[in-house]
This record gives sequence, structure tokens and C-alpha cells, in this order.
Amino acid sequence: MTRLSMLKATAATAGILLPLAWSGVSWAQDAVNLRMTIWSANEAHLALFNEIAEGFTATHPNVSVTFEPLPFENYTTTLTTQIAGGNPPDLAWIFETSAADFVNSGALAPLTDAFAGTEGYELDDVTDAATALWTRDGQLYAYPFSTSPFAVFVNNDLVTAAGAKTPAELIAAGEWNWDNALATAKAVADSGKDGLVIRDFNYQTWQNLTAYWRGWGANAWSEDGKTCGFAEQPMVDAMTRLHQAIFVDGALPGPGENVDFFAGDAAMTITQISRASLLPKEDPFAWDLVPLPEGPAGSYSVIGQAGVGAFANRPNTDVAVEFLGYMTNPENSQKLAQFFPPARASLLNAETLGKTNPLLTPEQIENVVIAGISNGQVISGHTNFAQIQQTIRASLDGLWVADADVPAVLQSVCDGVAPLLAR
Amino acid sequence: MSDPKKQKRPFWTIARKDAAAGYLFIAPQALGIITFVLIPLGLVFYYSMHEWNVLANTFTFVGDANYQMLLRDPNLPPVLLASAIFSAGLVVLNLSLALLLAVLLDQKLKGIVVFRTLFFSPVVVSLVAWTIVWSFLLQANGGINGIFAMFGIEGPNWLRTPTTAMISVVVVQVFKNVGLNMILFLAALQGVPKELYEAARVDGAPAFKQFRRITLPMISPTILLTSIITIVGSLQVFAQIAILTKGGPGVSTTVLVYYLYQQAFQFHFFGYGSTLSILLFLIVAVLTFAQWQLRKRIVFYEN
Repeated sequence: MTRLSMLKATAATAGILLPLAWSGVSWAQDAVNLRMTIWSANEAHLALFNEIAEGFTATHPNVSVTFEPLPFENYTTTLTTQIAGGNPPDLAWIFETSAADFVNSGALAPLTDAFAGTEGYELDDVTDAATALWTRDGQLYAYPFSTSPFAVFVNNDLVTAAGAKTPAELIAAGEWNWDNALATAKAVADSGKDGLVIRDFNYQTWQNLTAYWRGWGANAWSEDGKTCGFAEQPMVDAMTRLHQAIFVDGALPGPGENVDFFAGDAAMTITQISRASLLPKEDPFAWDLVPLPEGPAGSYSVIGQAGVGAFANRPNTDVAVEFLGYMTNPENSQKLAQFFPPARASLLNAETLGKTNPLLTPEQIENVVIAGISNGQVISGHTNFAQIQQTIRASLDGLWVADADVPAVLQSVCDGVAPLLAR
Repeated sequence: MSDPKKQKRPFWTIARKDAAAGYLFIAPQALGIITFVLIPLGLVFYYSMHEWNVLANTFTFVGDANYQMLLRDPNLPPVLLASAIFSAGLVVLNLSLALLLAVLLDQKLKGIVVFRTLFFSPVVVSLVAWTIVWSFLLQANGGINGIFAMFGIEGPNWLRTPTTAMISVVVVQVFKNVGLNMILFLAALQGVPKELYEAARVDGAPAFKQFRRITLPMISPTILLTSIITIVGSLQVFAQIAILTKGGPGVSTTVLVYYLYQQAFQFHFFGYGSTLSILLFLIVAVLTFAQWQLRKRIVFYEN
């Protein structure tokens, strides 16, 4: 072959192959693979999500959905790294604490119109209290698929073995308050096991202490987010009591100690009811689920929320929004209610929740889940939450030593974070 | 006006052929450096003059605002101090331990190879796995304090008090990489001509004097090399901090790379994060240059 004929042959081959490749690209575009980042790697959760995704694929054969569990601890960081790297997921779970950042950024696609236009969605059924955090200018930007009250799981075996009254007995006697709860924790800790674990706190994620300090009427910052609340009297009282419980009574595992309630190592843990799936199936212990104890400021409940949103301006944003509408429709909301308490008023009754939560007794559902959701306040979030979290974490480290000067440390927290809150 | 004679010359002169071959040989390496070092470096400089909000997907030119912020950032002095303490601690501990191990292992004993392998083995262990194991050992109720408890001593909460936290991350890093410097020292020690020691012995020089007057000068090029590698490496420490202390307690172990990571990836200030990495680049460049200059004064070369 001469050089010229070779060139011609190459050009001809390219002329045939390129259009083929091009049309191949367009075929590939028809198949849509949605990716949703989540922070749960729990098998039962994943099985449920996959079941819902299969239901969507049944009516949309070209669409598949994969769920990508990211580590809980660094979830938001990992998610934003994916976005910065130009590889954002189509849908993502969002913590209540970062809701403000995501909802205000314009990164998420608006949902209200799409949901309102979906037949049988019944958007009115979703309570305003639940959607407040996720709404901007009347548009919903993420669906609060989990509105989960913080509650206390109890290992009754450990409590009785330590000779203490169980929380259920304390509730019956009208004595379920923080003093008695910490006394019970101390009794179990003295018996050689551990007392109370505030789950996922680890002396780093201080926002999980909200479920504790709201009992004193304390708050991390004011309603409008502008004023620091750490140096105020309710917080000083709450933290002084907590410091004593940790470093004098040993009622809570100290900093740097890893204790797992669900492995049977502690008397009580404060967490959300979705963690019920972690209760051991083999070698179980007698457990109970009770509301948060009463604090000096009276009875209270605290809610953790999780939203799920679809990213705007992505090739498959429309399909992602459609899937979100399917995933959170009345029928699937009921399935999700097994782990994630729903935001739909029609589902918030003992009968419906009882069907989907076989692990919980009707009493537990009524007292913990329904009462908690109706009266609870959501954990405080803030724009620029990550930096605020980190700044407070660094100052608060001074509190987690035995000889800490509690009011002084709390004042230093406010001194450090005030400029960030005022921004 | 060009000379017609020159135009007739073939393009591929011998010199050009040689040059082309040379360029071809370095092409793979050069491509790698351009793609993974020079272009990113240029991009980081470009980003450092912008404010990049990942969530809102905005990218605006802000000129030297990020560099101004560098001067005003109240967190930066403690961060630089933590970096300096970490690097100084690491270099001193790493080099002296590596040299000590190398001298001890530079013997003709049976089974010495086993010991050399043992001390080198952490180098090939995955850094994250190594650090996670140490995080269990360093817990308040972890393995190290367990051993202390057997002797009736109550150990400190290693990762939760500022001083012990810094010591812990330094020691974890030293044990991880000391084997590498040890091998380099070992090779250098074995390269020292034996007749120098014989002559010294004849002259009645004691062992310590032999080490100071013969060994140290003869291995000084290796000391320079290992100290450069170790200092540059120490400024890049990240995984140990992220796994063991997350920069705490307070900001006592927040070194520059970890601070940069926080600003960029946790707080989403990618512009300022890029500015911090430019600062890191300058620090590494200046330190390396200074050490290279020092070599003329303190490093002994035979020829």
C-alpha cells in the first residue's frame, strides 16, 4: 500500500466508525444510572432502598439507582469533595446541620412543583414543621425523609444487675429525670460495665450533646443564629453537671474510650430510633426504648433530621427528582418509616408506625416516636456549619479534662465562635 | 537573508538526532511531572486568586484577597508553630534513632538480617492501617495504658492532652519511617573504608572519637539526604493527624497540611486552601534550598 492509499483507507474507516461511535454515545445516554450518597451502610437499610429502586426501575426500565454509603464521620466532607472534583452524585442525603448550606447554595433542584404534579403524592400531607429547614422562598429543596427523635435505649439486664431501678420503673414513679438517669449510669459504671453513651459524640461531634443540654434549656446559639449560647447560665449548669458525671462519677465513658451500647457494653445510649436495627439478633439483651429524661427546664425532646435532595444542573436532574418523588410517595414513605420516622401526618399514628416497626412496642411508639416528633425541636444548624463546628470543637476540647474550669472554657467557646456566628 | 548552503543541510544532523533521542528518553518522566506536578501547581496558584464556592458553583476572581487573609488569619501562627514542633521533633527523633539502629545493626552477627528486616518492615505497612492500630494502642483504655496499669502506673490520655498528643503523632510517624533512614545509614556506614578505623585504632583513638571524627564526616552526605527527605516528609504529614487527633486537642496538632485540608475540604474555602498550599510550597522550597546551601559548610566529600 502506498502512503496515500493508506491515508485514504484510514480516513474511510474513520468515516464509518466515528458516526457509529457517536450513535453509541447517544444510546448510552438513554440508560440512566442515578447515584445517591447515603451515610448508612446498614444492610437492612440498603435492602429497603434497593427494593424501592427496583420498584422505580419496573416502570422506568432504563433507570437504575445505586446507593453509595459514605462514612458517617466525614460524610459532608466526602460529598463536597465529590462535587468539587466534578463528580457529584445525582441525589444525596443531607444532615440537618448542613441544611442551611445546601438549601441556600442553589446546588439543589427545587422539588415542590415536581412533587405537586406527581399523582397521588399528597404533598399537603407532609408537615410544615418537618419541611421548614429544607424550604427556601416557598420551594422545597430536600425532602426530610427522616424526622427522628433522640431517645434513650436501655440495657435492662445491666441496670438490674447493678441493683438500680430501670428507666421504665423510674418513669412509672414519675422520677425519670437527669439526676436519676446519671445515677443509674453511675451505678452500672461502678459495677464494671459502662454507664451512658451519647452515641457518635466521641468528644468531637458536640452537636449530639444537644439531646442532653436542651434539658437545661440550653442552646448552642440563639434562634436567629447570631448569638452564642455556650456562656449562658443554662449551658454552664448543663455542662458543669456533665463534666461531673464524666470525670467525677465516671457515669459516661471518658474521652478516647470506645464503648458500644449495642454490643452490650453500656447501660444506656442516647441516639435516634433508626439505630434500633443495630440491636443484637444473636445473644440479645433485655432492652427498652424510653424518652429523654426530664431536665431542670422540664421535659423536652430533640429531633435529628435527614433530608434527601437532587443536585441541580446535572444531566439527569429531572429523572433524579422523579425518583425522589417516587421514593417519598405515601406508599414508600410507609416502608421507610420502619427505620426513618416519616414527615407525613397521615403516617404519624401508632397503628401505622406499629406495623412498620415490629421491634417497638405500641407504648414505645406512642411515648417516644410520636410524642417526640410532635413536641421536638430540631438540632440547631447554621450556614457555614463545618467551620463553626470545628471552631467550637477546638475550644471545647479544653472542657474534656478532669481539672477543667467549665465557665472559663465555655466563655472561650463563645469568644472564638462569635465572629463566625455574626457573619 | 539566509545562506542557500545552510538550507541544503539535512534537518537531522547528528547533534539533533542525539538531542531528540535524549528528549525521548526523558519524555515519560517529563510528561508525568508536567501532568501531576507543574500543571496542578499552576492551577493551585490560579485558584488561590479566586473564591471558589463548591456548593453554589461560583468562581470569582478576588486578586490577592486570600493572601491578605493569610497575614490576618489568627489561626495561622498556632498552626505554623504546631508544624514546626512536629517537624523538629520528627527530624531529631527519626535521624538519631535511625543512626543508632544502623550502628547497632552494622555488625557481623548471626541473624542480623532478621533484625534489619524487622526494623524495616513498618515502612512497607499501609500508613492508614498502621495509624489505626496505633489509635487503639493510644486510647485512654488502650494497649499502652494497659501495660502501664500492670505496673500500677496510670497512663495519660495520650491523644487528648496537647503535649502527649503531639508526642504521640511524632512517635507514630517515627516508628513508621525510621526503617527507611536506617537502611540509608546502614549503606553509608558500610561504605566507610575500614582502613580509616584501623589507622585510628593504631593511633589509640577511643571508639567515641572514631565515631565523631571518622563515621560522622564520612556519612554526612547521607545525613543531609535523610534530613531533607525527613523534613519535607514531615511537612506533608496528614493521615496520622486525621486519624489520631483530627488536629486536636484544641489546635495543638493542627499542622499546615491538615489546616489546609480543613479550609478547603471541610469549610469549602478552596481559594484560601490553595493559598495555604502555596505557602506550604514556599516553606518546603526555602527549607530545601537552605539545607542544600548548608551542605557546602558541613558536609564532607572525599573528592
